[in-house]
Amino acid sequence: MDVMKKVPVREQDPKVRATNFEEVCYGYNEEEAVAEAERCLNCKNARCVEGCPVNIDIPTFIREVKERKFEDAANTIALSSALPAVCGRVCPQESQCEGKCIRGIKGESISIGKLERFVADWSRENGFVPKAAETKLGKKVAVIGSGPSGLTCAGDLAKMGYDVTIFEALHEPGGVLTYGIPEFRLPKQAVVQPEIDNVRKLGVKIETNVIIGKTVTIDELMDEEGFSAVFIGSGAGLPKFMGIPGENANGVFSANEYLTRSNLMKAFRDDYDTPIAAGKKVVVVGGGNVAMDAARTALRLGAEVHVVYRRSEAELPARVEEVHHAKEEGIIFDLLTNPTEILADEKGWVKGMNVVKMELGEPDASGRRRPVEVKGSDYTIDCDTVIMSLGTSPNPLISNTTDGLDVNKHKCIVADEANGQTSREGVFAGGDAVTGAATVILAMEAGKAGARGIHEYLSNK
Amino acid sequence: MYPILKAEKLADKIYLMEVKAPRVAKSCQPGEFVIVKIDEAGERIPLTICDYNREEGTITIVFQTVGASSEKMSHLQAGDSFHDFVGPLGNPSEFVKEDLEVLKNKKYLFVAGGVGTAPVYPQVKWLKEHGIDADVIVGAKTKDLLILEKEMEAVAGNLYVTTDDGSYVRKGMVTDVIKDLVQNQGKKYDVCVAIGPMIMMKFVCLLTKELEIPTIVSLNPIMVDGTGMCGACRVTVGGEVKFACVDGPEFDGHAVNFDEAMKRQQMYKTAEGRAILKLQEGDTHHGGCGHCSDN
Ligand SMILES: Cc1cc2nc3c(=O)[nH]c(=O)nc-3n(C[C@H](O)[C@H](O)[C@H](O)COP(=O)(O)OP(=O)(O)OC[C@H]3O[C@@H](n4cnc5c(N)ncnc54)[C@H](O)[C@@H]3O)c2cc1C
Ligand SMILES: Cc1cc2nc3c(=O)[nH]c(=O)nc-3n(C[C@H](O)[C@H](O)[C@H](O)COP(=O)(O)OP(=O)(O)OC[C@H]3O[C@@H](n4cnc5c(N)ncnc54)[C@H](O)[C@@H]3O)c2cc1C
Ligand code: SF4
Ligand code: SF4
Ligand code: FES
Ligand SMILES: [Mg+2]
Repeated sequence: MDVMKKVPVREQDPKVRATNFEEVCYGYNEEEAVAEAERCLNCKNARCVEGCPVNIDIPTFIREVKERKFEDAANTIALSSALPAVCGRVCPQESQCEGKCIRGIKGESISIGKLERFVADWSRENGFVPKAAETKLGKKVAVIGSGPSGLTCAGDLAKMGYDVTIFEALHEPGGVLTYGIPEFRLPKQAVVQPEIDNVRKLGVKIETNVIIGKTVTIDELMDEEGFSAVFIGSGAGLPKFMGIPGENANGVFSANEYLTRSNLMKAFRDDYDTPIAAGKKVVVVGGGNVAMDAARTALRLGAEVHVVYRRSEAELPARVEEVHHAKEEGIIFDLLTNPTEILADEKGWVKGMNVVKMELGEPDASGRRRPVEVKGSDYTIDCDTVIMSLGTSPNPLISNTTDGLDVNKHKCIVADEANGQTSREGVFAGGDAVTGAATVILAMEAGKAGARGIHEYLSNK
Repeated sequence: MYPILKAEKLADKIYLMEVKAPRVAKSCQPGEFVIVKIDEAGERIPLTICDYNREEGTITIVFQTVGASSEKMSHLQAGDSFHDFVGPLGNPSEFVKEDLEVLKNKKYLFVAGGVGTAPVYPQVKWLKEHGIDADVIVGAKTKDLLILEKEMEAVAGNLYVTTDDGSYVRKGMVTDVIKDLVQNQGKKYDVCVAIGPMIMMKFVCLLTKELEIPTIVSLNPIMVDGTGMCGACRVTVGGEVKFACVDGPEFDGHAVNFDEAMKRQQMYKTAEGRAILKLQEGDTHHGGCGHCSDN
């Protein structure tokens, strides 16, 4: 075995998986995990830990894997993360823990994410249950939103002994883990549900179908229902559109709608009632992770799928692994291309999209080279479905109904990074609602910070 | 789970249910709606709040069966439960927030079409409770499809009923009644609120624009989450794209692009058509036979 190289991970054949919603990556088995763990140098000043936003003690858990003490490894990870089976699958490891790994200097970094996933899957399959707090503090905390930030904050507070209730607007908990990230990357029944159940087992109550700001306000929670503090982890779910002509034609969807129908409402399954317009030729506009997820979902529903992105491959914001998987499955990338108009037939249905070719000019504020139109390069792509994946912003429902809660010009809630404190006493916030669309692990980090902030606040009160 | 306390058939294909949902009943206002889901596999179905009882913690909904989900829903009985029931969604009607003294000097005309009578009811009732008598026109296809007549009579200033086929009270469309009231009877209205099928609201708006009566409509585009997350419900109002679930559902009717809204309502027609056939005839319709096109 070449110690410079990762133990390869088994994946579903691209041709087969393009037609089903089963998980793409099989993960490591015991032997593979131990072999990969043996490559770890167990560094004294492990740089990988700095790269992990929740500072999992990576060298320790990897050593425990090497020694086949999987339950110990699970306990080590549980000290820092409540959602290891999720993070091991969807974290952008290459730019976080693995990006800092010493092994990565001369060879390939340790597959930290895949090892974390192995430990999490092992502990679930072997009935490992997190321990609930023994002392109860008798104080109620409300958490708004059941995405990674809310679940993490709730879990941490419950471990400290608080009486925590999560309020979730949708009928299922999980946030983007449930409604956004597709089944083939993050199985709902097998992986997401059990991690949510683990948070429940810590004593956290989850009340679904409650929209804070509509069903009940933050002020009512604090004044009438006896909650001493509130954590807002409501995410950034408001989709953007381009504002080009034809965007309201039938067959134009936001990625959020498309993914919600498929994931949350399970429209890809025959035994669920919600319909989805599968499309024969689908154009996805955008180049992020969300665009890849929408494209690969449309592909699995039977369409020919093009991703239209206005910059070049090097600027694609999606993870390299996702782009690679998408290409393997047969997604076609139309790069340096920008939509100008969507064309509809007489019944209002999409029949094509006018686009223009782009070239890269000088770097813009984001440091990326600015795309500029190539004059006279317009052409039409025939298609029957367009999925707009241009990013999302925080929903203003909560800020509009909570006096004294400051937001910035992007409608993001203003909160202290260290403890989640907002401009309102007793109200804390974190995750995408504060940062705008980011990552699962950053949302979890913010959830942890919020839990610390709330604990400090309530201890001194 | 949200228990159904009462289930009643009001007319052919029109059903009323009273559902226990204390949180919604505590906070809802006229003009708002809920989303219900029958079971684990169900669709999210938006329905306007037709009445509420804060003490009992109940919400009344009235719905018409049009496709597979509403058909399934019509089989639920008192004692059954909705799997999910979320709300209130959308914004309250404008008058709820208005100064009562200003409001008392305004003359309201409500125009309800078919099952649209249900969402009009709580608005007229609210006004009545605040000492304001509004005129109400209710239109139905035929006598048997007229709903909530007694309830409406109790809260309306004047109630004008009309049927398309003349089987009850008078024959004609709601627009005929508006014309009659304004042009022949010399009635003056400051605000018209029209709720019913999209096509009815379109024609009421064309008329009230001519008559220069500001008009509010309640739009019912296709929705999924109802919280501003998916954009399925987008409508064009005054040239701007709005999400009906969070910006509406009530809008200035004279600014709404009805033609686009009506096209968008047809988006899932084929898929939904198959769903109802599957419900009626079993799982034999998969498309691809060449007899039904995809859109
Ligand atoms: C399709 C897609 C793919 C992604 N892929 C990845 C990936 O591979 N790796 C990665 O790290 N990140 C990925 N992300 C980003 C990541 O999922 C988010 O950054 C993360 O989920 C944010 O967590 P959160 O807890 O802040 O919010 P969310 O996960 O958005 O959860 C917020 C929750 O709050 C609820 N809510 C909102 N308003 C209210 C209210 N008023 N009352 C009650 N509840 C409310 C929402 O319904 C939701 O359930 C992806 C995102 C999407 C959309
Ligand atoms: C804000 C709002 C309030 C509403 N209030 C009422 C009400 O009080 N009483 C009532 O009978 N109906 C009401 N509706 C319409 C009701 O939601 C639809 O009739 C119902 O969803 C149809 O479902 P189906 O599966 O039975 O029919 P389908 O066969 O699925 O659809 C029939 C037609 O119903 C519409 N429709 C389908 N799915 C949706 C959806 N998810 N959202 C909106 N429209 C849809 C479409 O126009 C479609 O062509 C309201 C809709 C909205 C958006
Ligand atoms: S949580 Fe994410 S960043 Fe941290 S170790 Fe796991 S995969 Fe790496
Ligand atoms: S930096 Fe890499 S080699 Fe060192 S402890 Fe972390 S994972 Fe192991
Ligand atoms: S229904 Fe999803 S945004 Fe309105
Ligand atoms: Mg339906």
